[in-house]
Amino acid sequence: MNSETLNTLDSYSKNKYKYGFVTEIDEEKPKKGLNEDIIKFISLKKNEPEWMLEWRLKAFSKWKKMKEPKWANLNFPEIDYQDIYYYSAPKGFDKKPKDLSEVDPKLIETYNKLGIPLEEQKVLAGVAVDVVFDSVSVATTYKGELEKLGIIFCSIGEAIQKHPEKIKKYLGSVIPAGDHSFSALNSAVFTDGSFVYIPEGVKCPMELSTYFRINAENTGQFERTLIIADKGSYVSYLEGCTAPKRDDNQLHAANVELIALEDAEIKYSTVQNWYPGDEDGKGGIYNFVTKRGLCAGKNSKISWTQVETGSAITWKYPSCILKGDNSIGEFYSVAITNNFQQADTGTKMTHIGKNTKSKIISKGISLGKSQNTYRGEVSFLRKADKARNYTQCDSLLVGNKCGAHTVPYIDSKNNTAVIEHEASTSKINEDQLYYCRQRGLSHEEAVSLIVNGFCKQVLQELPMEFAVEAQKLVSISLEGSVG
Amino acid sequence: MFLEIKDLSVKIENKNILKKLNLNINKGEVHAIMGPNGCGKSTLANVLAGKEDYEILNGKINFKDNDLFDLNIEERAQEGMFLAFQYPVEIPGVNITPFLHSAINSKRKRMNEEEIDNLSFAKLLKSKASDLGINIDMLKRSVNTGFSGGEKKRYEILQMSILNPDLAILDETDSGLDIDALKIVTDGVNKLKSKDNSFLIITHYQKLLDYIKPDYVHVMVDGSIVKSGGSEIAAEIEKDGFQKFQ
Repeated sequence: MNSETLNTLDSYSKNKYKYGFVTEIDEEKPKKGLNEDIIKFISLKKNEPEWMLEWRLKAFSKWKKMKEPKWANLNFPEIDYQDIYYYSAPKGFDKKPKDLSEVDPKLIETYNKLGIPLEEQKVLAGVAVDVVFDSVSVATTYKGELEKLGIIFCSIGEAIQKHPEKIKKYLGSVIPAGDHSFSALNSAVFTDGSFVYIPEGVKCPMELSTYFRINAENTGQFERTLIIADKGSYVSYLEGCTAPKRDDNQLHAANVELIALEDAEIKYSTVQNWYPGDEDGKGGIYNFVTKRGLCAGKNSKISWTQVETGSAITWKYPSCILKGDNSIGEFYSVAITNNFQQADTGTKMTHIGKNTKSKIISKGISLGKSQNTYRGEVSFLRKADKARNYTQCDSLLVGNKCGAHTVPYIDSKNNTAVIEHEASTSKINEDQLYYCRQRGLSHEEAVSLIVNGFCKQVLQELPMEFAVEAQKLVSISLEGSVG
Repeated sequence: MFLEIKDLSVKIENKNILKKLNLNINKGEVHAIMGPNGCGKSTLANVLAGKEDYEILNGKINFKDNDLFDLNIEERAQEGMFLAFQYPVEIPGVNITPFLHSAINSKRKRMNEEEIDNLSFAKLLKSKASDLGINIDMLKRSVNTGFSGGEKKRYEILQMSILNPDLAILDETDSGLDIDALKIVTDGVNKLKSKDNSFLIITHYQKLLDYIKPDYVHVMVDGSIVKSGGSEIAAEIEKDGFQKFQ
């Protein structure tokens, strides 16, 4: 690596995070700490039925007996669960506002600044958005239009009240509360998130999207999302996330459950841009996320696409349980780590049904002093005749103080399974940089171009409206220039 | 003087490669440098383009009234220097069309010219490609990725004709080409040649010079130019090899 490359990399690592502002707004917060009282407080605030509170408390009693999973390649100090606020909402938010005229203009301004206008006439055409600010859902756009098709798109809090039969049936059915300590924690204290139900045979005509924003200090965000695609339906869903710059670490532990019934397809995309911490590794979000999809019916399909650029720590394995015969699971991932960021991310594909197929494309890019790990598990159960998996993991190292690791597990109990695995680790290639620059591109442009090219296989899986944004985000994560 | 190389000495990893090399090129001239393997031909090309692996021990290079050593790689390119690589590198996932579009615009920016928009660029690219007998499908692919040796060289020439350089350096562009590909490549050079630009053609064999007529031929041995003259020198080398110059 020559000196000029190192200089450019140095300037990249002085990453500027343009979503790092704080909204000055009065928030209502109960005391810090995790106990039955706070769970009762949350449940009361959300006006929940008794059975929901019981469900939460059961999860809490499980959590008390559990330890955090420790197998990931991550280093961080012990999390003090008693030093976190578990609920924070702008004052006067006991009821979700009916329309934007009831929303504090400061909040609308916040989302305008984030590039997510809430007024429908300004909303990105063809994308319905639910926005979550700390612990509450602020607004959901295009609701009426979706209702005409029988599509339910609302906050999970609202769904608990209005669609209890669906919640009772599906919540926790893919990620049981007792799965591990973060899923138990989330089940006990989740505050808001989105609920989606697509009725039989309906192809959702627009992208559904949730935008999560952590604003309050020392506050954990515990979102819960549940998406059900009934027989023969289709939905594409996207989530985005940002948080202010703060010196303390903040906890984010989300649970996302997807259920695809017969012939249904769910496409779930994430652009994760939580505050990653500064160049000395101070601050940033601890992102412990459980995402799991169940291909319950025959010929169903679940596809995860993620672009992970933020967070001080990312612990996240969007997975597919391929139960229905001929069902398909896909995982496309770009994870970029810079400075002192640590990411341990990958997927789990569990083949249960016959003829099930899974595909994993993972692209890890490490810069600065960061550590980036792909961790994956592909398993074939006894009855998964003629199941197939294709895995491709590529790592790109930029600079010489970062690390890339690949940890793939394969477990097959059926000898008709076909498994293909390809992996590569490379350094950013000086010959490629020389070539681009000889054509007149600057050093920065050249790095950005090469990295975007490296990620292309994944980025092209994103919905059109977001692919361009994601490409820009990739460049910004590299260069730190404010767009 | 358009390009003036004076007493250039260069080393890489403690090995002296170029030794007091002198070369002058005027506008509108085609120069050929011939020499045996390892004589420093490719080093000269890379030092001109600005590759950073070399240590300049001595000498000066003047290019269009600039001290070349004051300019970095991309600035030299934007000033109109183009190197057709001997082994063009693959850049997976980077589509040729936007790549070249950015390249041409960065040059225009430096020259204070208006940037060329998508549509006009697409038109330009298509017409140049068809001039060179390059299939339009090739323009949908990633830079050099999965190309055969001949395709890579043809694509270098396409880039050259799009970027329209003042000085084009062709580093062993003929190596690995069959006669048909060689014709396409040399046709491209001949079409671009004008009184306003210059070419420096580096080659091992005389064959290329049957298709591109150089104004001057230089023989390079052990890091310096030992003989200069007209195309009769090429014929001499063809007949007797480099032996007698060493």
